[in-house]
Amino acid sequence: MSLKSTLSAATALTLITAGGAFADAHSATITIATVNNGDMIRMQGYTDQFTAETGIAVEWVTLEENVLRQRVTTDITTKGGQFDIMTIGMYETPIWGANDWLVPLNDLSAEYDVDDILPAMRNGLSHDGTLYAAPFYGESSMVMYRTDLMEAAGLEMPTAPTWQFIREAAAAMDDPENEINGICLRGKAGWGEGGAFITVTGNSFGARWFDEEWNAQFDQPQWADALNFYVNLMNDYGPEGYATNGFNENLSLFNQGKCGMWIDATVAASFVTGDDSTVADSVSFALAPNAEGVEKRANWLWAWALAIPAGTQQEAEAKQFIEWATGKEYIELVAANEGWANVPPGARTSLYETPEYQAVPFAKMTLDSINAADPTDPTVDPVPYVGIQFVAIPEFAGMATEVSQEFSAAYAGQQTVEEALAKAQAIATEVMEAAGYR
Amino acid sequence: MARSVSPRRKLINTTVAWAIGLLIFFPILWTILTSFKSEAQAIAAPPIFLGFDWTLENYRVVMERSDYGRFLWNSIIIAGLSTVLGCIIAVPAAWSMAFVPSKRTKDILLWMLSTKMLPAVGVLYPIYLLFIQMGLLDSRFGLVVVLMLINLPIIVWMLYTYFKEIPGEILEAARMDGATLRQELIYVLTPMAIPGIASTLLLNFILAWNEAFWTLNLTAVNAAPLTAFIASYSSPEGLFFAKLSAASTMAIAPILILGWFSQKQLVRGLTFGAVK
Amino acid sequence: MATKASRSAARIMMAPAVILLLGWMLVPLIMTLWFSFRVYLPLRGGDQGWAGFDNYVRFVSSSAFWPAVTTTLIIVLGVLAITVIFGIMIALLLDQPIWGQGVVRILVIAPFFVMPTVSALVWKNMFMDPVNGLFAHLWRLFGAEPVSWLSDASMGSIVMIVSWQWLPFATLILLTAVQSLDSEQLEAAEMDGAPWIKRFWFIVLPHLSRAITIVILIQTIFLLAIFAEIFVTTGGAFGTRTLSYLIFQRVLESQNVGLGSAGGVYAIILANIIAIFLMRIVGKNLD
Repeated sequence: MSLKSTLSAATALTLITAGGAFADAHSATITIATVNNGDMIRMQGYTDQFTAETGIAVEWVTLEENVLRQRVTTDITTKGGQFDIMTIGMYETPIWGANDWLVPLNDLSAEYDVDDILPAMRNGLSHDGTLYAAPFYGESSMVMYRTDLMEAAGLEMPTAPTWQFIREAAAAMDDPENEINGICLRGKAGWGEGGAFITVTGNSFGARWFDEEWNAQFDQPQWADALNFYVNLMNDYGPEGYATNGFNENLSLFNQGKCGMWIDATVAASFVTGDDSTVADSVSFALAPNAEGVEKRANWLWAWALAIPAGTQQEAEAKQFIEWATGKEYIELVAANEGWANVPPGARTSLYETPEYQAVPFAKMTLDSINAADPTDPTVDPVPYVGIQFVAIPEFAGMATEVSQEFSAAYAGQQTVEEALAKAQAIATEVMEAAGYR
Repeated sequence: MARSVSPRRKLINTTVAWAIGLLIFFPILWTILTSFKSEAQAIAAPPIFLGFDWTLENYRVVMERSDYGRFLWNSIIIAGLSTVLGCIIAVPAAWSMAFVPSKRTKDILLWMLSTKMLPAVGVLYPIYLLFIQMGLLDSRFGLVVVLMLINLPIIVWMLYTYFKEIPGEILEAARMDGATLRQELIYVLTPMAIPGIASTLLLNFILAWNEAFWTLNLTAVNAAPLTAFIASYSSPEGLFFAKLSAASTMAIAPILILGWFSQKQLVRGLTFGAVK
Repeated sequence: MATKASRSAARIMMAPAVILLLGWMLVPLIMTLWFSFRVYLPLRGGDQGWAGFDNYVRFVSSSAFWPAVTTTLIIVLGVLAITVIFGIMIALLLDQPIWGQGVVRILVIAPFFVMPTVSALVWKNMFMDPVNGLFAHLWRLFGAEPVSWLSDASMGSIVMIVSWQWLPFATLILLTAVQSLDSEQLEAAEMDGAPWIKRFWFIVLPHLSRAITIVILIQTIFLLAIFAEIFVTTGGAFGTRTLSYLIFQRVLESQNVGLGSAGGVYAIILANIIAIFLMRIVGKNLD
């Protein structure tokens, strides 16, 4: 191939691809960035129905959680305009809403029935009373445990256990010979992984991230109590390498029958009782625990929600999609095709009033857990922030990831709990000073 | 430096070499095998090596969920064009460095390599803003340009070392015959440099294919290549080993096949031709 | 042989590459420098004004800075050492007459074709997982307690994963260099009764020096920037936070572009120190 022909061929191809990029933009296509979890992937499967009903084509950008966050945040802060709908969480929504980066969802249709959204979810996805994202599903956290193992151990799980009971039960169910760990909990670094779990555990021991003057509180005894309790519990009865276990790893362990208990997101309930689980028939549920005498429990509140970035050219179409995906009809659609246990949970009051859904074993406990969580009053002592397993300020994600890395290092035995807390205190103080809170 | 050795020695060498080769290849083999297992057998304890129920279910699910063809096509276009474009720009530069060296040639070469040392994530925001301004987000053209620039120093380097091998006398002879600079380049040099250019193309195609920072962050739908395809399968809820393996196999298979067929050129390419 | 005309022609031919790379280097560099002196917080609405040297001071005074530099150097040096040493050994072995040389060579280079994200995922989930990983099964088979690789031996694990990716590259370069070795010289030395260690040290190694230089130079450039392997496996925990990962955390996780840009400038300085150091060696070994 001569240089000249290579050159002209390449130029031609370049022009074609450049042209193709523009030609690809149809008017009735919306682009949605979403996370690759089970419920979202199921929704993608039903997109054809939406397109058939409305004539609006949908392009999916499905990414794993960390990549998604990085991708949508870059795009929204720079007004890149790559997406018509973004899948975001309860942490991002109020912050982005406050910056006017999202289209307010205050003119949704009557049949969408926005008042049907669970109040806790609606509050968490609003800023100054305006809804900025519609919950696709919502979750809290709760105890999932093996009834067969509890029975064998001669114990009975109360509806609202304490941490002390959890430890006792873990000790009784722990059976290394048969590869059964008494308890599986998240230890993986990351604010949304182990960071979220240890924060709610802290809450349930009376700890908090900041006092009302934004002073970091990791030097307080409540944090030492919480972290020491967690580390001892996991070292004694937790799985090997728990410092790198997140939601996925624990789900996999629990489904293989390797955990007596697992305290995690309520959405896991449909997986541990589903087809992929080897212990589906012997799982039951209880409220997340608290330390004795502490009124707050270790349950968080989270929702994956759909939001429309301000400035999109397809606002009307995007709203149409959101109404479809988070509306009552979608729930019925999934129920009809895959059974009630598989519908997206935790978003709508009406779902929990449906008799068929009330028959699902985890429905009541999920609702109770969600209702027990209050993002505006997350801790025993007053705090200046909103959010239970997070602090709804822009600096939190980075700071909490670093803090949880120090904690994970303590879980792995690379430093002591005291060292980890001292470093956490330094990190939080440094960040708050840099951000001008103090 | 191959010499004749005793059959016993050859047998020992062969055994050791195969053992090492299989050891290095094993993670890839294991991934491919796992992609044909059911999810339950993928995490079975003890692990099953070959005696499992072979299934194509994982591939079916992946194909159903993602538009594999589009990701693959984008990967081919982006990696291919950026490599070709890079070569077109690099050939003249490398030519002049090799045949008309000046005192600064080596400095320029080293400087070019040093541009690769900018940490990509540090300039994500600047580049992203620039791409918005120029309307290049999620366009194949934008990615082609970025990947071309990222790999350009390596291309220039490789070509430079190839060209240096070409004896200068041939050029002088051509010049005596009255060849112009352009003719010299096209009719004399290029044919001699074809093997070198081929291996350069190949290596850079692989580097561009595997680039996972810019291809993820600057694309959404239209230009997303296989790296984005993989990002939608990594750590979904429940750690589906078998599906992850199937997706991984699909992402690496094209380049693996290309690499195997062109192994000889690659060996030459990787040595930059300079190491004889 | 260079005439004046060909010199100016050479300049013209070099121009596109040089100008493009100059642009590709200068535009982001200038923007990074600009941002590094600004309070630029995307989640707080963007550019908040002049920061002076605050970002620079804050980035180095953070407790994470020096450990990150050390981690970066350990990973780069560790991977270089492993790939060069094993690369030489495998290259020497593959140079011997063996049955199925072509196939073995293919097996050895295969990891080079695997995307970093994929290889990190495969290693993390299928090999290093302390419960379901293949290593855990292997350990249990011998009655040993499975190791939590990514937390208890985090640095070793990362170095191993990255080495696996780059070993093929090193092996290939060294293999071709070995193949061009003058066998008569070696045989003569053997006749003279020189032990193999001496033959290796005085004949083979000097012959390979230039290939080793190339391996070190090219790999360093890529290793300074490794990201996917850490992002996927440890997320920077357990002392595996490199300088480029720290910058990622500042820019994307903490959404502080000013601070991250200052970090970027430090990374450029570090890279250039290493570059100058490397170029010294390269300058000697490359004509």
